Amino acid sequence: MTDDVLLHARGLTKSFGDFTAVDGIDVLVRRGEAFGFLGPNGAGKSSTMKMVGCVSPATGGELRILGMDPAVDGPAIRARLGVCPQQDMLDEDLSVEENLWVYGRFFGLSRREVRARTDKLLDFAQLTERRHDRVEPLSGGMKRRLTIARALVNNPEVLLLDEPTTGLDPQARHVLWDRLYRLKRDGVTLIITTHYMDEAEQLCDRLVVMDHGRIVAEGSPRQLIDTYSTREVVELRFAVDEQERHVEAVRGVADRVEELPDRLLVYTADGDDTLAALHDRGVRPLSALVRRSTLEDVFLHLTGRSLVD
Amino acid sequence: MTAVARAARFVPSPAGIGLARYVVLRNVTAFRRAWLLLLSGFVEPVFYLFSIGVGLGALVRTVTTDSGTVVPYAEFVAPALLAASAMNGAIADSTYNVFFKLRYQRLYDAILATPVGPRDIAVGEILWSLMRGALYSAMFLAVAWVAGLVHSWWALLAVPAALLVGLAFGAVGMFATTFMSSWQHFDYITLAVQPMFLFSATFFPLSTYPEALQWLVAATPLYHGVALERSLVLGEVSWGLLWHVGYLAALGVVGVVGTSRRIATLLLT
Ligand SMILES: Nc1ncnc2c1ncn2[C@@H]1O[C@H](COP(=O)(O)OP(=O)(O)O)[C@@H](O)[C@H]1O
Ligand SMILES: [Mg+2]
Repeated sequence: MTDDVLLHARGLTKSFGDFTAVDGIDVLVRRGEAFGFLGPNGAGKSSTMKMVGCVSPATGGELRILGMDPAVDGPAIRARLGVCPQQDMLDEDLSVEENLWVYGRFFGLSRREVRARTDKLLDFAQLTERRHDRVEPLSGGMKRRLTIARALVNNPEVLLLDEPTTGLDPQARHVLWDRLYRLKRDGVTLIITTHYMDEAEQLCDRLVVMDHGRIVAEGSPRQLIDTYSTREVVELRFAVDEQERHVEAVRGVADRVEELPDRLLVYTADGDDTLAALHDRGVRPLSALVRRSTLEDVFLHLTGRSLVD
Repeated sequence: MTAVARAARFVPSPAGIGLARYVVLRNVTAFRRAWLLLLSGFVEPVFYLFSIGVGLGALVRTVTTDSGTVVPYAEFVAPALLAASAMNGAIADSTYNVFFKLRYQRLYDAILATPVGPRDIAVGEILWSLMRGALYSAMFLAVAWVAGLVHSWWALLAVPAALLVGLAFGAVGMFATTFMSSWQHFDYITLAVQPMFLFSATFFPLSTYPEALQWLVAATPLYHGVALERSLVLGEVSWGLLWHVGYLAALGVVGVVGTSRRIATLLLT
């Protein structure tokens, strides 16, 4: 195995009592990649991230991070990781800049090194103006950015981000994505969990789709869509009670049809052709929308459920 | 290298000391805005000294200590108050404060994501508590000296002795705190600490207790703290004091090791 493999898991398992949260997953992440775990709540993403972050011992399987075994070299591995957990867990007794100083010292960095990095990190997190403020009154987006800045204080080779934008408004999400692109560009390996398919598509070079602790598919967003979905999707909405009456007709013109409570999803190579064919068969929906397939469609196909409930 | 690293994990403290000081640093930084709080830890025992020592001393005048000397009541009670305040300070730090950091602030979860480990946290919290304790007991001793209650040079050792009391109570208090899941559980701490404060030969010599209860009094950790402090401040020093030292140090070690384990059990799941 080469130096390039930063994370290697084989049959990795995590159980709590007789409940299995992570059920034998195989993962390989290389240096410089942005790698994602996409899955709904309860899929086992955070449990996986905690094992990778060396704060939760694996119940079974094999795990190597930076070529080391967390059970033996936990502190040495953590020294080279940056961790942005699902909950911010900032130090509310400290100011913004003190959060960075103090955290940096936990890595054994000297006072001078820490202070020098703080300016850059505050700039990166767009928090320079707030550096003397307490943490508590910051907005959700600011707290998240501070958490990320804090995770970067030791110049980590790998940054773990557990649901980085969950709970943020769209504006704040975009600011955060922009920051993460920069990191990616600077060569930081990102390992991201998310239940947002747009986030996974935007940020991840490669990802695994997780459900009930298992990996159900793996590839680049493009590959996954090509493999598990069609190029386009037509979303049809009908008047109340009309949907059922049309399902059969719709099935006749498409590769695959998913019935959701409020609409039909029609999977097809060419949405406009499909619409024309439906029209010929006398199907008149209230509205029809043609769009490209997304990872949401992949997930629906693989599990029969939607990602966000 | 791995063989060394593996071996190092089984060596108790030294490997942890290095990073524990950054846990102390975190607390010092957090405390920078709250210097006034420092004062409160000092004021309380001094109030006790003047109300009980000087006030009650005007009525009681002298006491015959367990070693047979007769001393003014204020001189008798001052060292006991030093021990008791070391206990109270350590308990406050290691129970309320640690509980809040552990359960609400999730401070330790954040720290454990760095190379700092559970033992560093336990050691660091105790060190921080002891630093404050040293300050308080030095100030208390100075006040007692100014008030004319201290005559022996041995009294200088009362400050390290107070740290030992702080270590014992801080470590055990922190260990107990790791088992608590709600604020109600703190009533048990009060239930243990209050009687100890009143009945550990703090305000009367051991010989005044009913004989059947003396062994119980002598078994409490605060009794050992009080006896140690009293001997040092009154200058009645003997090898026998090492028994108190050993008792308190043992509690400290049990508490620190226990706390490290519990933090790992609770947070590294
Ligand atoms: N400490 C724990 N004890 C018991 N069950 C847990 C614990 N942590 C997580 N779980 C369970 O494991 C499953 C996966 O949780 P998690 O890894 O947090 O999923 P995700 O991050 O994908 O939402 C959930 O059903 C959760 O309830
Ligand atoms: Mg999660």
